Amino acid sequence: MTTIRIDGREWPTRPGINLLQACLEAGANLPYFCWHPELGSVGACRQCAVRQFSGPDDRTGRLVMACMTPVSDGAIIAIEDAQARAFREGVIEWMMVNHPHDCPVCEEGGECHLQDMTVMTGHNQRRYRFTKRTHRNQDLGPFVKHEMNRCIACYRCVRFYRDYAGGDDLAAFASHDSVYFGRAEDGALQNAFSGNLVEICPTGVFTDKPFSGVYTRKWDLRGAPSVCVHCAVGCNIIVNAREESVRRIVNRYNAAVNRYMLCDRGRFGHGFVNADSRIRMPMRSIDGHPAPVPTRDAVMQFARMAADGPVVGIASPRASMETCFSLRALVGEARFSTGQTQVEQACGQLACTLLRQHPGVIPSLHEMESADGVLVLGEDVCATAPRLGLSLRQSVRQPSFPMADAAKVPRWMDAAVRTIGCDAPSGLFILTPAPTDLDPVAAQCFRAVPDDIARIGFAIAHRIDPSAPTVTDLTDEQVRLVEHAAATLLAAKKPLVVSGMQYGSPALMRAAAAIASALARTIPASGLSLVLPECNSMGLALLGGLTLEAVMAQARAGKIATLVIAENDLTRRLSPAAVVELLEAVPNIVIIDHTDTPPCRDATLVLPAAAFSECSGTLVSQEGRAQRFFQAVYPPQPIRAGWRWMQALARAQGCVNVQAAARIQATGLTTWQGLDDVIAALGRACPILAGMVDAAPGADYRIDGQKLRSQTYRASGRTVIRSHISVRDQPPPGSPDTPFSSSMEGAYTPDMPPSLVPGYQVPSWNSVQSLNRFQHEIGGDMRGGISGVRLFPAPDATDHPTHPCATDIPAAFARAEDSVLVLPDTRLFGSEELSMLSPPVAARATPPTLRVPTGAAGPAHMTLHLPDGAHTLPVEPLAGLPDGVVLCPSHMVSPAFMFPCMARITPAGEAT
Amino acid sequence: MSIAEQPLSGDLRAEIRALAQAEPHPRGASVAALRLVQAHMGWISTPHLNEVADVLGMSAADLDGIATYFNLLFRRPVGRHVIMLCDSVSCWIMGRERLCAHLCHTLDIQPGQTTADDAITFLPIVCLGHCDHAPAMLVDDTLYGDVDTPTLDHLIDTLREPPP
Amino acid sequence: MSHAERPLTAMIDPVTGPPDCAAYERAGGWQATRTALRTLAPAEVVDIVTRSRLRGRGGAGFGTGQKWSFVPREPASERCKYLIANADEMEPGTFKDRWLMEGNPLQLVEGMLLAAYAIQAGHGIIFLRGEYHLARTRLHDAIAQARHGGWLGQDILGSGFSFDIHVHVSAGRYICGEETALLTALEGRRATPRSKPPFPQTGGLWGAPSVVNNVETLSNLPHIIANGPEWFAGLGIGPDGGTKIYGVSGRVRRPGAWELPIGTPLREIIEEHAGGMQPGYGLRALLPGGASTAFVDDTALDMAMDYASVEKAGSRLGTGMAIILDDRTCPVGMLRNLEHFFAQESCGWCTPCRDGLPWVERLLDAIEAGTGMAEDIDQLDRHARMLGTPGHTFCAHAPGAMAPLASGLKLFARDFADHIAGRGCPLRHAA
Ligand SMILES: Cc1cc2nc3c(=O)[nH]c(=O)nc-3n(C[C@H](O)[C@H](O)[C@H](O)COP(=O)(O)O)c2cc1C
Ligand code: SF4
Ligand code: FES
Repeated sequence: MTTIRIDGREWPTRPGINLLQACLEAGANLPYFCWHPELGSVGACRQCAVRQFSGPDDRTGRLVMACMTPVSDGAIIAIEDAQARAFREGVIEWMMVNHPHDCPVCEEGGECHLQDMTVMTGHNQRRYRFTKRTHRNQDLGPFVKHEMNRCIACYRCVRFYRDYAGGDDLAAFASHDSVYFGRAEDGALQNAFSGNLVEICPTGVFTDKPFSGVYTRKWDLRGAPSVCVHCAVGCNIIVNAREESVRRIVNRYNAAVNRYMLCDRGRFGHGFVNADSRIRMPMRSIDGHPAPVPTRDAVMQFARMAADGPVVGIASPRASMETCFSLRALVGEARFSTGQTQVEQACGQLACTLLRQHPGVIPSLHEMESADGVLVLGEDVCATAPRLGLSLRQSVRQPSFPMADAAKVPRWMDAAVRTIGCDAPSGLFILTPAPTDLDPVAAQCFRAVPDDIARIGFAIAHRIDPSAPTVTDLTDEQVRLVEHAAATLLAAKKPLVVSGMQYGSPALMRAAAAIASALARTIPASGLSLVLPECNSMGLALLGGLTLEAVMAQARAGKIATLVIAENDLTRRLSPAAVVELLEAVPNIVIIDHTDTPPCRDATLVLPAAAFSECSGTLVSQEGRAQRFFQAVYPPQPIRAGWRWMQALARAQGCVNVQAAARIQATGLTTWQGLDDVIAALGRACPILAGMVDAAPGADYRIDGQKLRSQTYRASGRTVIRSHISVRDQPPPGSPDTPFSSSMEGAYTPDMPPSLVPGYQVPSWNSVQSLNRFQHEIGGDMRGGISGVRLFPAPDATDHPTHPCATDIPAAFARAEDSVLVLPDTRLFGSEELSMLSPPVAARATPPTLRVPTGAAGPAHMTLHLPDGAHTLPVEPLAGLPDGVVLCPSHMVSPAFMFPCMARITPAGEAT
Repeated sequence: MSIAEQPLSGDLRAEIRALAQAEPHPRGASVAALRLVQAHMGWISTPHLNEVADVLGMSAADLDGIATYFNLLFRRPVGRHVIMLCDSVSCWIMGRERLCAHLCHTLDIQPGQTTADDAITFLPIVCLGHCDHAPAMLVDDTLYGDVDTPTLDHLIDTLREPPP
Repeated sequence: MSHAERPLTAMIDPVTGPPDCAAYERAGGWQATRTALRTLAPAEVVDIVTRSRLRGRGGAGFGTGQKWSFVPREPASERCKYLIANADEMEPGTFKDRWLMEGNPLQLVEGMLLAAYAIQAGHGIIFLRGEYHLARTRLHDAIAQARHGGWLGQDILGSGFSFDIHVHVSAGRYICGEETALLTALEGRRATPRSKPPFPQTGGLWGAPSVVNNVETLSNLPHIIANGPEWFAGLGIGPDGGTKIYGVSGRVRRPGAWELPIGTPLREIIEEHAGGMQPGYGLRALLPGGASTAFVDDTALDMAMDYASVEKAGSRLGTGMAIILDDRTCPVGMLRNLEHFFAQESCGWCTPCRDGLPWVERLLDAIEAGTGMAEDIDQLDRHARMLGTPGHTFCAHAPGAMAPLASGLKLFARDFADHIAGRGCPLRHAA
């Protein structure tokens, strides 16, 4: 075992890390700035100085930067050495030379690493008496505020933005003490991960701009552990709230998933919960006009409707497991629809099946980072699963690590490893119809239509395992690509194949699975990852149910009296004509949602559901990880969790319909007391989902008999904030579904379960850097264990299916004379439903265009003739797009258009 | 349209492309390319910087981070001539402060500024490696040593002559 | 060995200009190349240079042969390697490399060729500071001539060894002279220094093995190879080998640079070669080897100007180019000037240097202007200690900056006290 001596005390540690990590893991208060667990060491700030002695007899030793010094067994260091302390205090003093004394008005205040480190080093007297240098700030767009005077030049921002996230529009300018970090000119930061600057920057240079408008000090914010709802990756977040509003989203560390970073859609997409589009009251259609009604009336109205005849439920991949399952309990399994179209549901279920059958590994995002050969097959992950794209970007660095090892350079020595690996080959192959943000780091990119990509995929599978079916008629270029990709994957220790549902192509996913399982024959760590579209798509795939087409058929046959639609905007899935037909065929429409969607206009009853921030529940991510989100905000009464509405409806229905009452009683729906009961019932009803119960501890979880606090001990203003209404102390609100007290009373420790961590703070560390204290090993698992639970069992290596998936190899794409293949142009900002209701995200969404191959450039506007009508759009040529293909940002143009189709395209204005 | 806004000539772009091709990675040519633009244009305007970035396949921010890093790359317009008076130690000992004051007075500008007639920009510069002939200065590409006020006055007169 | 032996500068004639290829050859040039490429294995060249006791003339004084010995051995044809001449010469008070490049550029070209052969580098780069216009023209010219003569290019002298040189003209930044920052600059990045390992010899430019040598260091090589290591070692007076270009600037009668045996006593350089102080000026102190070396006063005049002796006297040989502080120039003002340079030339990467040096500069400003306070001396002292120790800052820039300050605070304590007590500079610098 490796041990080091810190200030005279022996500490066990681990080889391969640096002294700064070792000290932090030993619980020492050693200040630092430029080092970051995910960014490694560069030795720029010089803040982490300690004295190191060469042996027990060395009395003098020398100052070293802990972050730049590898741990060696028996190393002797002193943190509490007078000279080392003086140096560290000096470093802070130098940083403060130009740092403004604006803490009272700085939004970093109270969670500022610079504040913490200043206090930690003991610097408290200003001795520099000359003028400070000042900088001009820039407008960096709707997400991030810029206040350059606060900069201490730790270089973290550019290292994260450029080296880690691949952005190129943020840079360091000028030199000496006028170094400036910003853009070449004012304008929105272009990288999809710009929001992380807010957490990466150890001071207040980059702050959360939307938060600024509803600013609250960290100590006055309530925090709730939660899960992002803006794609299927399932990044862990903390929702910060005060009173009845969500103020911001920050990252919640999950070692396996998002780790330290979120994408901007996740961080800034929460605006929909406070938006005007919220439904806040039960509404009933009276004479064709929606009018607010008391909850009781609304519920009784439903009871009367239910007496009219069969009730069918439509769930949604953006609703929680609990909401979907309780809807199923309300209407019965035979009348339960997942709320997905045939294509969507088939793809989702195929993804689920392929993953569960995969003999290799279903890697977490963190595991993807160490993949050393990656094939992306027909999915623009940067748009559909942005955080996953960031992990793939890290995987590209793998080949440089053995080179660093050979040069005896530790892998965390960031700048040095990048120097050594500057010409290391990439192991990333990207086969997509259109360019992606990852292209610049790929070994090879190939542009083709989904069917042709699938063909290449099957060919790669065959090349790896000759017993897989062959693909004929490949072009020479395709053959070379097959060779190159197959060779790279076969040479990898941890190959990975990524595909997904973006193009609604089962063949693509089958091809991906065929390659991954072919690889798994010789490389057990061979990974398969399939990207799903929404936050609970995988949950629904596991739950199952009718497709929307099946519901349509029942409706047409007049078999539906009442339709209960939970959190599903049908106009995003069904053509306008189909929606009209459905709404006309069904006499009673009940919509339960937090957000006003077009069908609400025609609904008989609209019930206000809680948004993810206002209730608790479970989502299953695309890798089959069940994760719990907890209530952060306590909305005014009529608003409640979807499942509680189902319960209310069931109770009312039971009052008037004895038959239904009996059926519903059997499901337990009316008797559930809290969320834990729903989950337990779900587990009983669907064994495959039984593991969900372990996603987080239940509401009765206590530490030392106490609930968990969701505010810091310093929280102030509980009474003051309402003093314009009443000066009396208000009892803090509470939820029966969580183990939290929504106040500063309660337990909180760094080793609490990570699924319950409401925020990070430990003595002396008030910023997000305090996270170090919550981890066993820095960058490793949390002290309290892991958050969430994988529902898919580990594969049985002995059970090797023989290419069950390598069927239906599509024919090569032949371009049609009179029409083009329209593919969805999925966008980071613009395609996802809820985030577009968030003003800063909407502001970053650019207007829709029609992207056409460069050769096809013609008129400035063209008209696309889709099944739902003609859409005229400005034309944007896109280099690399295959012939005969156009890209259209589906939901921005034609809401229900999701998957490829052939369509006619004409110059704008021409008669059709 | 001022020359700073006119696109770079095709020849210049070709030359930059050639510089980039001679390097293992195009970015290795960034300083050379910026110097080339400056040699032709006198300084590096933002449109020109953007063009160079484009040819080198770099972002404007990336290239500007380099342009603003170096002392001899001008991101603001300069006069027809640039006087760079050494401000390092040997020249200081040998009386460069007096020359500096004299220049400021004669040209009616401060170091870092350009005369009203756009003839001369006056900049301080670090040691020119001419310390045995201190005080030294560089006027455009020509090195002068043992500079005194009469030399300066004479020189300024020549530089002020309008361009042919 | 007589002082007349001046291998480095023998061919330099300011009137006729640099020798062309033929003249260079007539004067004995290219002899070493013939010997090396035809009769010596690369390892033998390394060995000869090690035995010559040549130490780097760029300031740090690292043994040249030893430095080369860390380069991986593959032949140039098998692995991309770089030999880089550090011609960034921006150390205030230093003007030796310019002299060599303007006076005899072919000597540098041949030196680079020999070094490249020794380490089997196929690519040569001269990293030239942007202000050296004449040197650039002459280097381009010399390289063209050498190419024409077959001394650069493919398969030189039929040896199978190929090598060519490219001149990189920098754009003004002292830190680019620091060898790792130089590499970063060549890669088209902001020239911040790099951490070691990887050492340039194994992972340098674009990750390839690279050696960075000073112009003067390289210019010695043709003579070492042509005349043998023992001859070269014998040229030095003390423990070091060869001649050294020494220079003097400031108020001496004949400021200039001279090639002298390494280890020549300082007094001889100042009094004989520079002609002593100008009439009316006395010698107060001096920086023996450029702006980043510590002050010594006249008690050190008898030291030998070799690496060890200067170090023993509390300073560094540095570039060997002395700057004289006379008794009518304000030492505080001189320090202010020096620290202004260092503060401005900090690359901005590490905190102590980036934000400490400007503080030092402002304190000196204030003291010089008469607004200094007694505690300012403590502040200066503190900075000298905290920035002066190697390892506290990322690279040697800040320690270099603190060398004159730390020594100056001791040597000129009275002057500082007088400035503060008298609210300004008592000397009112003659400027
Ligand atoms: C701040 C700084 C500036 C330097 N500037 C130069 C320089 O201009 N020229 C030079 O040859 N070496 C310079 N050096 C030294 C180089 O880092 C390096 O040691 C030298 O080029 C190696 O060559 P040599 O072994 O032949 O001396 C500088 C070092 C530092 C720390
Ligand atoms: S000491 Fe630090 S800031 Fe100064 S030049 Fe070196 S690395 Fe740059
Ligand atoms: S954290 Fe060690 S130098 Fe910055």
